[in-house]
Amino acid sequence: MSESYKIIDHNYDVVVMGAGGAGLRATLGTVEAGLKTACITKVFPTRSHTVAAQGGIGASLGNMSEDHWQWHMYDTVKGSDWLGDQDAIEYMCRNAVPAVHELEHYGMPFSRTEDGKIYQRPFGGHTRDHGKAPVERACAAADRTGHAMLHTLYQQCLKHKAEFFVEYIALDLIMDEDGTCRGLVAWDLDTGELHRFNAKMVILASGGYGRAFFSCTSAHTCTGDGHGMVARAGLGLQDMEFVQFHPTGIYGSGCLITEGARGEGGYLTNSEGERFMERYAPTVKDLASRDVVSRGMAQEIRDGRGVGEHGEYIHLHLEHLGSEVLWERLPGITETAKIFAGVDATKEPIPVLPTVHYNMGGIPTNYKGEVLRPTAKDPNAIVKGLMAAGEAACVSVHGANRLGTNSLLDLVVFGRACGLHAAEVVDPKASFKGLKPTDGEEAIARFDRLRWAKGSRPTADIRLEMQRVMQGNCGVFRTAEILKEGKDKLSETAKTLPDVGVSDRSLIWNSDLVETLELENLMTCAAATMNSAEARQESRGAHAHEDYPKRDDEVWMKHTIAKVDDTKGYAVDLTYRPVNNFTLTDEVSYIEPKERVY
Amino acid sequence: MVEFNLPANSVVKEGKSFSAPADAKNTRSFKIYRFDPDSGDNPRTDTYDIDLDKCGPMVLDALIKIKNEIDATLTFRRSCREGICGSCAMNIDGRNTLACLKPIDDIKGEVKIYPLPHMPVVKDLVPDLSQPYAQLASIEPWLKADSPAPPDGERLQSREERAQLDGLWECILCFSCSTACPSYWWNSDRYLGPAVLLQAYRWLADSRDEYTGERLDALEDPFRLYRCHTIMNCTNTCPKGLNPALAITEIKKMIAERRA
Repeated sequence: MSESYKIIDHNYDVVVMGAGGAGLRATLGTVEAGLKTACITKVFPTRSHTVAAQGGIGASLGNMSEDHWQWHMYDTVKGSDWLGDQDAIEYMCRNAVPAVHELEHYGMPFSRTEDGKIYQRPFGGHTRDHGKAPVERACAAADRTGHAMLHTLYQQCLKHKAEFFVEYIALDLIMDEDGTCRGLVAWDLDTGELHRFNAKMVILASGGYGRAFFSCTSAHTCTGDGHGMVARAGLGLQDMEFVQFHPTGIYGSGCLITEGARGEGGYLTNSEGERFMERYAPTVKDLASRDVVSRGMAQEIRDGRGVGEHGEYIHLHLEHLGSEVLWERLPGITETAKIFAGVDATKEPIPVLPTVHYNMGGIPTNYKGEVLRPTAKDPNAIVKGLMAAGEAACVSVHGANRLGTNSLLDLVVFGRACGLHAAEVVDPKASFKGLKPTDGEEAIARFDRLRWAKGSRPTADIRLEMQRVMQGNCGVFRTAEILKEGKDKLSETAKTLPDVGVSDRSLIWNSDLVETLELENLMTCAAATMNSAEARQESRGAHAHEDYPKRDDEVWMKHTIAKVDDTKGYAVDLTYRPVNNFTLTDEVSYIEPKERVY
Repeated sequence: MVEFNLPANSVVKEGKSFSAPADAKNTRSFKIYRFDPDSGDNPRTDTYDIDLDKCGPMVLDALIKIKNEIDATLTFRRSCREGICGSCAMNIDGRNTLACLKPIDDIKGEVKIYPLPHMPVVKDLVPDLSQPYAQLASIEPWLKADSPAPPDGERLQSREERAQLDGLWECILCFSCSTACPSYWWNSDRYLGPAVLLQAYRWLADSRDEYTGERLDALEDPFRLYRCHTIMNCTNTCPKGLNPALAITEIKKMIAERRA
């Protein structure tokens, strides 16, 4: 088996997995600090899913109206439904302003105000002075902010001559006996060779796992690869039950229409033409946070007020904004609406539906980016040699629901934090603890097993079944019965994974095998999500449980930690760790939980 | 008679055919280029008949349907499926474009799909793009300025200055344009091609950049810039509606004005 593969060994101070916003910002930081860094990515950097972010990056620049990072922090804590860790939220919101200025200095093509500053637009859940009215906080490059940001970060990496390993599929982490991460194993699609990267620090920036669901805004490549690797290393995943449904995915294709569309004055109506969000969020209406708007829409559809022949979607109106505003500020989505909904947004409403968009949960870290291995004695114990950032990580700044614009912010702030921390703890002069011949053996055995898999179920079949269960049983509204059924169904599907059949046996660009490796990662994420959701008997943020419609801070003000065992039919073991009820500095005090109304 | 040999593996042969289910009423043939680097065989075209009533509207939907349901060995790049990542650029119905943005209904008859032209093929529809990527790095596509940026704020840029970047910064590096350019086909080792020249102009047009002279020096070369003969295939084919030919003309104008 493994002796028949050619294996190439490397030594790097730092190995970054993923080249989206977080991975590139982390790479930039470690390269600037003089650390020998390898950035391993399964797609060319500018193809990463950060490229699809539209509306903006949140920062209290105050370019259009008064704003303060403390207001941003309050909104983020409230948006998280108090599940976010406030030390990390303080760190992110404080660092937002310099982070955005840094991007501008790198050359990012932000849209501009009349006086030449960065243009900002209102966004859901972002308010002036603790909820009084919407505030312009989303720093935007038209409606292609993620594209502008990702290309800018890649350009900076080119400037600093960062070393990329493009179209390499990371297979698994290499962990030693005392639980320290020593590197990872990867497969080069171009040549078919396997590589072992020995590293003093591994930074996971592998993105989310939207593709565990049937309908999502996420790219095909969002398959939770980092999550799967962490789980197979015996580590836990945090708060996986919190899956964000974006209110405005295009009906049918699921392509995203930015919340910035509502920030610029767009609004939603039901079949009676009513602006129903006025009932669900009287103060900020269509600019309430995403979980609130998505639930409002789902409720309208359930009550028979959906639009369309079968009452299955909601209308998003932009036509009143005029074609000039649309083509200047929202050109991308105007085009997307035309291509994917056949709708001229300057003249008619766009059919939309809440669509899976973002994973609040992920690999648990602290605000420095260090991955946690929580124990009963020490809920903040860390894994040596391993960090994570971006959507793959759960810091947790988004808690139970992320605010729009806070994801791009999360990427650069915590990507940068990883770079800073790695520079602090990694000594480029220290010699490498070499790898043992057996290191990575299990990863290669897994690779070989799937490559030659002769089972009766094609990868696409199992994947579709999993996606249907997640969509049907872990959606916007959840009940004990639906979740229990989902857990059983998913477990049945997971049990068929050993019967998977791969038909391409080659080593060069075997995308059939890539999708099968990804399916195992997705299944890990799906199992953690479904089981964590079934256990949480309350409603908080994106987790809306109809049998327990209230938030229960007494019992459930805690993070879920899910350990998934892929060798035992994806069985899930759940434990919990406390939410950090403190801030980083004395400049701001802990924001006490209260009822969340918009 | 003149005798000449074609390079090994350059003749494309007829491959396998897969017919649609018997009950399919609305079928369409997809003829797709296949190349298996392991076998050493010549490339071939396989034909897949698809039931369009059970397929999404775009060519990428058909490719995914084939991979999921008929032939899992079919290999192509894809990611965002909404025309922003640039992964699924390929030659469809004789034209370079993104499979995710190309409606099947726009094509009459058999849908022919090939990799981007004139690039080495790694496998099936996956071309090796390392050369255009290296050319992109060669133009130093990042902001260059010696004046320090304000420590607590952004560099100012008027809306008019910022508008100069529109139509340039939106490029997704799919290289549909460069691989549609006959001049790039012949001289891709030395001519930068429309995609990379559009990027070069993006920095020349940025009011914040202070290295215009050096950038123009680096471009003023019979090959790097002047192999553009305004054939306009680039602009005609761009799936994002950008105009690389205009950007190249603007660079030529800047050099001419500098000389005058």
